[in-house]
Amino acid sequence: MIDQLFTEAVLVGILASGIRLATPYLYASIGETLSQRSGVLNLGVEGQMLLGAFTAFYITFTTGNLWLGVLAAMFVGLLMGLAMAFVTINLQAEQGISGIGFYLFGLGMSDLLFQKMLGTVATVSGFRPIHIPWLSDLPIIGKILFSQNILVYGAYLLVAVTWFVLNKTTLGLKIKAVGESPQAADSLGVSVSRIRYLTVSVGGMLSGLAGASLSIALLNVFQQNMTSGLGFIAVALVYFGGWRPFAVMGGALLFSMVNSLQLWVQVLNIPIPSDFAVMMPYVLTIIALVITVQRVRPPSALTKPFERGH
Amino acid sequence: MTEKKTLPSGHSQILQMEMHGITKRFPGVVANFKVDFDVRAGEVHALLGENGAGKSTLMKVLYGMYQPDEGQIKLDGTPVTIHSPVDSIKQGIGMIHQHFMLVESLTVAENVALGMPSTRGPLTDLKKVSARIYELAEIYGLRVDPDAYVWQLAVGQQQRVEIIKALYRGAALLILDEPTAVLTPQEVDEFFVTMRQMVTDGHALIFISHKLHEVLDISNRVSVLRDGEMIGTIPTQGATKTQLAEMMVGRPLGEIKIRQQSKTSQTRLVLQDVCSQSDRGTPALKNVSFEVCAGEILGVAGVSGNGQKELAEVITGMRPVTSGKIILDTQDVTGKSPKVLMGRSLSYIPEERMRDGMIKEFTVAENLILREHDQMPFSRRGFLDLKAISEHSEGLIQDYNVKTPSLETTVKSLSGGNIQKLVLAREISRRPHTLIAAQPTRGLDIGATEYVHHRLLEQREAGTATLLISEDLDEIMALSDRIAVIFEGEIMGVVPRDQATAEQIGLLMAGVAETAAK
Ligand SMILES: Nc1ncnc2c1ncn2[C@@H]1O[C@H](COP(=O)(O)OP(=O)(O)O)[C@@H](O)[C@H]1O
Ligand SMILES: [Mg+2]
Repeated sequence: MIDQLFTEAVLVGILASGIRLATPYLYASIGETLSQRSGVLNLGVEGQMLLGAFTAFYITFTTGNLWLGVLAAMFVGLLMGLAMAFVTINLQAEQGISGIGFYLFGLGMSDLLFQKMLGTVATVSGFRPIHIPWLSDLPIIGKILFSQNILVYGAYLLVAVTWFVLNKTTLGLKIKAVGESPQAADSLGVSVSRIRYLTVSVGGMLSGLAGASLSIALLNVFQQNMTSGLGFIAVALVYFGGWRPFAVMGGALLFSMVNSLQLWVQVLNIPIPSDFAVMMPYVLTIIALVITVQRVRPPSALTKPFERGH
Repeated sequence: MTEKKTLPSGHSQILQMEMHGITKRFPGVVANFKVDFDVRAGEVHALLGENGAGKSTLMKVLYGMYQPDEGQIKLDGTPVTIHSPVDSIKQGIGMIHQHFMLVESLTVAENVALGMPSTRGPLTDLKKVSARIYELAEIYGLRVDPDAYVWQLAVGQQQRVEIIKALYRGAALLILDEPTAVLTPQEVDEFFVTMRQMVTDGHALIFISHKLHEVLDISNRVSVLRDGEMIGTIPTQGATKTQLAEMMVGRPLGEIKIRQQSKTSQTRLVLQDVCSQSDRGTPALKNVSFEVCAGEILGVAGVSGNGQKELAEVITGMRPVTSGKIILDTQDVTGKSPKVLMGRSLSYIPEERMRDGMIKEFTVAENLILREHDQMPFSRRGFLDLKAISEHSEGLIQDYNVKTPSLETTVKSLSGGNIQKLVLAREISRRPHTLIAAQPTRGLDIGATEYVHHRLLEQREAGTATLLISEDLDEIMALSDRIAVIFEGEIMGVVPRDQATAEQIGLLMAGVAETAAK
């Protein structure tokens, strides 16, 4: 039975879908990395994703234009991000609680809009894999890496871009400084609130995009609460990756590979209780977190509002 | 007026900066009231005042971190408005803050580059920044490695980074807010060499300190602030310590008199080869051994962060000992809990009085019975006896001269000096056999400091064995019978007070072991 897994076709399938399934985690957790690096914990990711997923789906469903769907989802995520920024930066609200508020808002709102505007579960034809001449035709590698849709490539590109911004640019320096020691940054004329507004709203925008990648690129449907905790896993992945983009990507890949494996286990009817199979990625996350979190130090100012003179 | 020249840091001189009638209010406090202050190129103008006098506030107004409620700032005769540090940096004003403004997880070069435009547009130009750091370091004798992470640096080195940061931004006028508080005497000397060099080059320097001998040593003029008001500005030449101290406090000062002979009878506290770890898991105490006798004060001198915090915590049972023995009144108490130690007549004045000494949201009365809240007469069968508590607290408040509106006032709204008096009242009124006093006067004004010293000496008379851990060398020299010096978690030496000199202690504090061991 188990040896069914070890055929070339199945292994390629597992790896290819693992790479693809990492997409929403990547967008969401890279956005969260930016936000946390500047000192803001955004627990509203899940809500932002849900609204993004609905918006992308609805716009695509009604206009037939996938890109319009993506843009709309990013815009909605951006608005949610700005709201989160306003609440945590201007009003200095407790970040964890505000985040949960935004999660509940996104959860309820996306469901309400879904009931009112769609009513039933429908499907769209989402982003298709792109054929890259020569690369896509490579044996094995071509199927695993180069037969993916555009949003998948975008997610991996985003990791590299974020790494570059954080480590090679003056903006990255400011983001890190604001997250570690806002007082020091402020004393050098860096606007703490402007930087945090930027990262939190970009983070929201990326969460919206993460939602879109689910509803119009991976699953091509919208259902209520379709993220089912994915946004919270994305937050956990940021801790797992120690706030470094490539390590966060490693975590996302590990997680989605296990997820992909468990999906195939079910598809192939391998006699492992399905509840247990579904649990695997989550158990893995908890174990990985327990092992890693102890040795990395979060940004010192994480969750702390900044006020001059304190 | 003389010609304005360009400084080695690249900015043109600020020949004269004047502040006129500066008033700055915070809710419930007037931090500055109609203050006039000025500084010229080529001089060190010292700003003197007790804690809370308003020195930092005045300087933060100049640096644009606070907006004054009233008053005007002029640079070379032209009125300027400074909205934020961006403006002041542009005008050539730099500030070294009392609490360093460094990002520990970034490198020296990154800290210096932070917030500055880069020659490579959006990309950082750390190589160029490093080259410039080397240039500035060369001119002013500020050795520091641009690629080192700030958390790796000792305090003295971090300060150099702060100065380089300001110079890199072209500071022509430099505000130094208590820069010497964290340095060893030798580091202070080095720091003064750098300051003199900057003055010779034509910088204008404002130097804040409450150490009178430093002010007399380095400054050209001295201004004294008291309770937010400017008391006066006088030339340093001809000024005396007594004169300045009286300007600061507003009344003549008593002198600390200390009996040279102490009755060292029985040994109360013994540490034998005690080792312990810091929060990060690195060794914090390495084979620390010493003893403290009844009726003596053993001073522990050292630069901040050399294991003082861990030492106090190990003795009071708040941090585990990895090896070694602690003996209190002839009994081995290694690894015993704070509660047990307290029962053995050990009292503790913690370094972080707001975090470890008091619960700041609790009232004065509640804080005064924190230790004995579950014992008679304050508690009967699990119920608090409020009458007994308030009588007890009332008595302590009078004995210890605590200024509080009522017993029900929360501690967080009291001043630092009064909070420390409460800690003293609670800890000393128990008549402890052994007292651990960690940085007991940090952040207190002269009046409150005098009071704490007085109480500590009174305890010594009464036969208490006191371990005084302090980063203030003057305090250690004034109060101790013997002085132990701690460096990187090791006791470098224990010297009787009458044989100790500031130079010798300073060398030990810097980790230079005694060569001519007796
Ligand atoms: N940000 C602030 N908010 C409220 N009160 C403040 C603030 N900063 C300083 N103060 C108060 O203003 C007074 C002067 O403080 P400060 O300028 O720090 O004194 P110094 O530097 O001379 O020790 C003190 O009473 C202090 O409590
Ligand atoms: Mg100050």
